[in-house]
Amino acid sequence: MNLLELERKLLAAARRFTPSDCVPYAFEQRVMAALRGRPAVDLCAVWARGLWRAAAPCVGVMLLLAAWSVFAPAQSAPASNLSQELENAVLAAATPEPLADLTW
Amino acid sequence: MERTEAELIAAVRQGDAASFEPLVRRYSPRVFATARRYARRESEVEDIVQEVWMKAYQKLPGFRGEAPFEHWLMRLTVRTCYDFLRAHQRNREASFSELSEGESDWLERFAKEPVGNPEDAEAARQLVERILEQLSPPARLVITLLEIEERSVKEISRLTGWSVPLVKVRAFRARAEMRKVLRRLAREKYL
Repeated sequence: MNLLELERKLLAAARRFTPSDCVPYAFEQRVMAALRGRPAVDLCAVWARGLWRAAAPCVGVMLLLAAWSVFAPAQSAPASNLSQELENAVLAAATPEPLADLTW
Repeated sequence: MERTEAELIAAVRQGDAASFEPLVRRYSPRVFATARRYARRESEVEDIVQEVWMKAYQKLPGFRGEAPFEHWLMRLTVRTCYDFLRAHQRNREASFSELSEGESDWLERFAKEPVGNPEDAEAARQLVERILEQLSPPARLVITLLEIEERSVKEISRLTGWSVPLVKVRAFRARAEMRKVLRRLAREKYL
């Protein structure tokens, strides 16, 4: 079968057909009624809906982090207290050297 | 005195929704004719046209008036029809076993005598409709605009929002897709 000829004939048949442009009775009234019936956009409601939708993933993440902090294996204890080390470093310059170390 | 299109659009943009009704009355015939190329059932056509007008009302504040309102509206119509095609891909890959008697006769006559078979037969039109329904949404849109409505690539680009190279690529793929469907039709009908 000559498919190219079939395609040409079918497209030619489609070209000859012009779809009807008739409009159903009172269609414009239906459109206007749909426009009037359309709910107005309430920005507060949209914002609240967004917050509610975000709440569930946030709770999920919070639970995961809580579980991780509880069940994660404890790290080996630090060699010394961090706050004590910080204090030593800051005050090192202000700490007077012992008199015994002084040489004349 | 009848108000001009520009006056009506300006009034709608200032919040006078009633001024939208004359625009709907004036341009609905063109929108209906376009929608009937993509949907078969009349209820679907009405839904598409209503959707077009709802979008037009919503987007009217963004209409800058650089192009005629009708062109802007037709772009909106074609894009809404494309959305409809993408949302209703139910008939794709359907079998050709349910062809009507007229369609089968037309095909058999074509197989016997390809040259003499009339192009304007109603059966041929129904057959092409059936074939178009089996194409992917972009292929159907391109074939309809390029081959049936005989629009230029530039025009299609403006209507669809696709770039010119993209229209050309989709046209090439659409023709290949259509030939594939025709090959399947010939195989299934033993032609």
